[in-house]
Amino acid sequence: MADQPLIFARDLVKRFGDFTAVNGIDLEVAPGEAFGFLGPNGAGKSSTMRMIGCVSVPTSGQLRILGMDPAREGTAIRARLGVCPQLDNLDPDLTVRENLTTYARYFGLSRAESGRRADELLEFVRLSDRAKGKVEPLSGGMKRRLTIARALVNEPDLVLLDEPTTGLDPQARHLLWERLFRLKQRGTTLVLTTHYMDEAEQLCDRLVVMDGGKIIASGSPRSLIETYSTAEVLELRFPDGLDLNGDYAAKLEGVGERIDPLPDRVLVYADDGDAALAEVHRRGLTPSSVLVRRSTLEDVFLQLTGRTLVD
Amino acid sequence: MLTTFVASPARVTRVSSGRVGAVINRNVGALRSGPSYWIVLLSGFFEPLLYLLSIGVGVGALVGALTVDGRSMSYAAFVAPAMLAVSAMTGVLAETTFNFFHKFKYAKTFEAVLATPVRPIEIALGELVWAVTRGSFYTAIFLVVMAVMGLTTPGLALAAFPATVLVGLAFGAVGMAVSTLMRGWQDFDLLNIGQFALFLFSGTFSPVRDYPLVMEILIQVTPLYHAVELVRALCLGAIGLGSLVHVAYLAVMIAGGLWFASRRLTRMLCV
Ligand SMILES: Nc1ncnc2c1ncn2[C@@H]1O[C@H](COP(=O)(O)OP(=O)(O)OP(=O)(O)O)[C@@H](O)[C@H]1O
Ligand SMILES: [Mg+2]
Repeated sequence: MADQPLIFARDLVKRFGDFTAVNGIDLEVAPGEAFGFLGPNGAGKSSTMRMIGCVSVPTSGQLRILGMDPAREGTAIRARLGVCPQLDNLDPDLTVRENLTTYARYFGLSRAESGRRADELLEFVRLSDRAKGKVEPLSGGMKRRLTIARALVNEPDLVLLDEPTTGLDPQARHLLWERLFRLKQRGTTLVLTTHYMDEAEQLCDRLVVMDGGKIIASGSPRSLIETYSTAEVLELRFPDGLDLNGDYAAKLEGVGERIDPLPDRVLVYADDGDAALAEVHRRGLTPSSVLVRRSTLEDVFLQLTGRTLVD
Repeated sequence: MLTTFVASPARVTRVSSGRVGAVINRNVGALRSGPSYWIVLLSGFFEPLLYLLSIGVGVGALVGALTVDGRSMSYAAFVAPAMLAVSAMTGVLAETTFNFFHKFKYAKTFEAVLATPVRPIEIALGELVWAVTRGSFYTAIFLVVMAVMGLTTPGLALAAFPATVLVGLAFGAVGMAVSTLMRGWQDFDLLNIGQFALFLFSGTFSPVRDYPLVMEILIQVTPLYHAVELVRALCLGAIGLGSLVHVAYLAVMIAGGLWFASRRLTRMLCV
């Protein structure tokens, strides 16, 4: 039974009235894995996370979390989950420390144990000096860290993080990544959604890309790049490009494997970026700036959804 | 860390007193760290007390003694139990309407709680028990005041106390249910009007028999009437089998209110 997936979903659907937010997805997440959801705004990531968190009831399809049925054993499942929702819902009437101790009590922990874990977690997310203060004056990043600490108060087997680092400064993000990485090393299963591909590459063993309620690609970050993009990308900016990138794309036809005109630049997908650049110059085109780089998840994302990660 | 799978246990739907306690614990914490809370707490107590002094004692001096169902009593002794019932109602309602609504709609408190093992019915129960605990401070003090003023005896006051708890539970549960239907703060004006109408016309200031028959029947359908009659019967030592009707009425309010409130919590937050 040890290799039974922590999350198992088949043909999972979530509808809000006539609107289908999640449109028949299959998922399997193994114990110890770090699993990510990528997708543009409205793709259905949060809707899926809420079903996994057993607070939202699937419209149809099969769902098993920790080997249990959310419809019948939601309480037992939630006892072993840690949830960091997309929007912070910390308790404004309580102090920072009380936010953790109060929450611990919902999981049936004793007063003493709740206090011990609260102090430990405040240390973990570096908020010990704010313990006695209220939540409201905390900065956005501090609130986010507190929400994540709260999600860990029951020492969960499965942690669900919906955009854990959105709105954080780079320093706070790196701190969080480091904390999440430590959790992962302890064997905690992580499921997260993100709009940052560096985050996905850093933290996730496996990813799915969602769009319009469906999973349109899945695999490790590396394999997604290999499957959906070329090894390198040539980025060209033209002085009059803002309106004319479409025309430039036409002139670049046949250079590399694929051309993608964006509003501000033209991307040329090629396995050899320098060779592609030589061809650009041979055609007499004079971009104002040129960059040859390796493919990233962002390119995969563009290819799959026609949009950038952050809309 | 190895993840072990527990063989599917039977439906886990029993209400856990520990989790209800945790919901109450949250409110204790909030009370301790919020000074503004004490203002609400005090106002809920003084309102009925001021009415008792001004109308019960003041107007009572003009009215003189009163004969209700063959028993003679001072006007203040007639009004005081009603004010006690009102106090039991308003104290609890302040908590399960304003404070509950704030947590439900704006602070997203319950949204966070529902991601834990705590279930909607446990939230509703915890909030209600907390509200009644708070409200019971008012009624206990009020009963002491009544006994000191000679409007009831200490023994009867002890007997009336559980009835005020019942009244608190009933109004608290229904108030919570109504709060889940509120669209915004403006809807509370309607609630206030309703509460005030009940306050004036529930046999509080004059026996319902003195009203025209239609009004008398109308009043007997409304909840505060039953609360006032039950509490008054106990305070005056005139309890009878008829009082069971009031108890049953209040019990239905508790069950119905809790059921509806937890259903609405699920409907609104578990989407
Ligand atoms: N409670 C709801 N009622 C109605 N529609 C909803 C509800 N929750 C989500 N939706 C809709 O479902 C779709 C998917 O929303 P969801 O929040 O899952 O997207 P997301 O992938 O998390 O997006 P984002 O990146 O912006 O967080 C959206 O179109 C949204 O408007
Ligand atoms: Mg989302």
